[in-house]
Amino acid sequence: MSLITTLVGTLLFAVLGPVVGCLLAGLDRIVSARMQGRVGPPLLQPYYDVRKLFEKERASVNSAERVYVAAALLFALIAGGVFFSGGNLLLCVFVITLSSLFFIMAAYSTRSPYAEVGAARETLQVMCYEPMVLLMAVAFFQATGSFDVAAVLDMPHPVVCTIGLVFLGVLFILTIKLRKSPFDLALSHHAHQEIVRGVTTEMSGPTLGLVEIMHWCENVLFMGWIAMFFVWGSPLSAIAVVAVVALVYFLEIWIDNNFARVKWQFMFKSAWLVALVAGGVNIALLAFL
Amino acid sequence: MAFASKSPWVIHYDGSSCNGCDIEVLATLCPGFDGERFGVINTGNPKHADIFLVTGSVNEQNIGVVREIYEQMLEPKVVVACGICACSGGVFHDCYNVVGGVDKAIPVDVYAPGCAVRPEQLIDAIVAGVAKLDEKSAAMKAARKGA
Repeated sequence: MSLITTLVGTLLFAVLGPVVGCLLAGLDRIVSARMQGRVGPPLLQPYYDVRKLFEKERASVNSAERVYVAAALLFALIAGGVFFSGGNLLLCVFVITLSSLFFIMAAYSTRSPYAEVGAARETLQVMCYEPMVLLMAVAFFQATGSFDVAAVLDMPHPVVCTIGLVFLGVLFILTIKLRKSPFDLALSHHAHQEIVRGVTTEMSGPTLGLVEIMHWCENVLFMGWIAMFFVWGSPLSAIAVVAVVALVYFLEIWIDNNFARVKWQFMFKSAWLVALVAGGVNIALLAFL
Repeated sequence: MAFASKSPWVIHYDGSSCNGCDIEVLATLCPGFDGERFGVINTGNPKHADIFLVTGSVNEQNIGVVREIYEQMLEPKVVVACGICACSGGVFHDCYNVVGGVDKAIPVDVYAPGCAVRPEQLIDAIVAGVAKLDEKSAAMKAARKGA
């Protein structure tokens, strides 16, 4: 993959990622509301929210916070660009982790006790999902013989056939990555939590708007990861991808609405156990059989 | 076009209310009334909120807290006094420790009387507050252009 492809991919993702992510977030809120017996907000509600945030007064605890958040958004866009232009999966994983680290730094920089609790929990979440994400990249290499995402297009069958267990593991940590209950320890969509607002406690107005946009882009990227498992060298894969992504996102909303938040100990143990069992067993099978 | 009116995030503070109005405030967000239809979200953070819902009267103990929350909110912001106690002190107006309604501490934009204030009235008050938000947002934009 050349630098130009990645650049073009990043630019395209910077335009399309937020649009798709915004619609996904709107759909998420409507489906959540219907599950609770409510009508719910309009589809474009997340868009209205962000536009409003950019209209608010500009204020921040320090000048670094905004820079960190902007860097987090930038790296989320680059990670999306690398992934959707068929680039290196491992690079995508590292760049999106860098984005998370900048987000954590933004929260720590404010020195607010609530934001620091959120940042500490966010760090913990990164620690929980990262092993599975790395094992995903390793298993992907074993299945396709390349770290390039574009390699799936030359496959005679979707990679989920050979790394199905890894797919299940990724499905488990997806709940953490999408910040859904029961693993929404650092930052919940649902307000009125016990630590005020976790990571974003001190972020307001336009800064919070950037966080929202970053969150949309991340969601699109993670759905792309899910889609990657079901793409192979046939136009039929488009249908499979749409069906699987819709089903997985619906499952995530269902989990979000039906499970109470767990303690970090449970999240940590279960995430590592799943990574070890699902990832380890699948990789061992591919390596030794 | 102002977007302030399309996504009014509220923060709720219980002054010295009997909890009647607080229960009604939360009921407003429940399925029966579903405030989220209008984009209303209950935030726990003044820095994210646009509308400040205060229930109960202001007393010597909490006047500082009410002012602090108001100060932490970013412009444009609107204050709604929910229930008769928040409007004027209600039955507690002549208690030795009660200062009076919320307007004794911070500027109030919308008064929603009632004991307890009904969810329908709260939604009306929030909608009235939302119109105020738009006005303030437009004024801010004009000031920014002028400056």
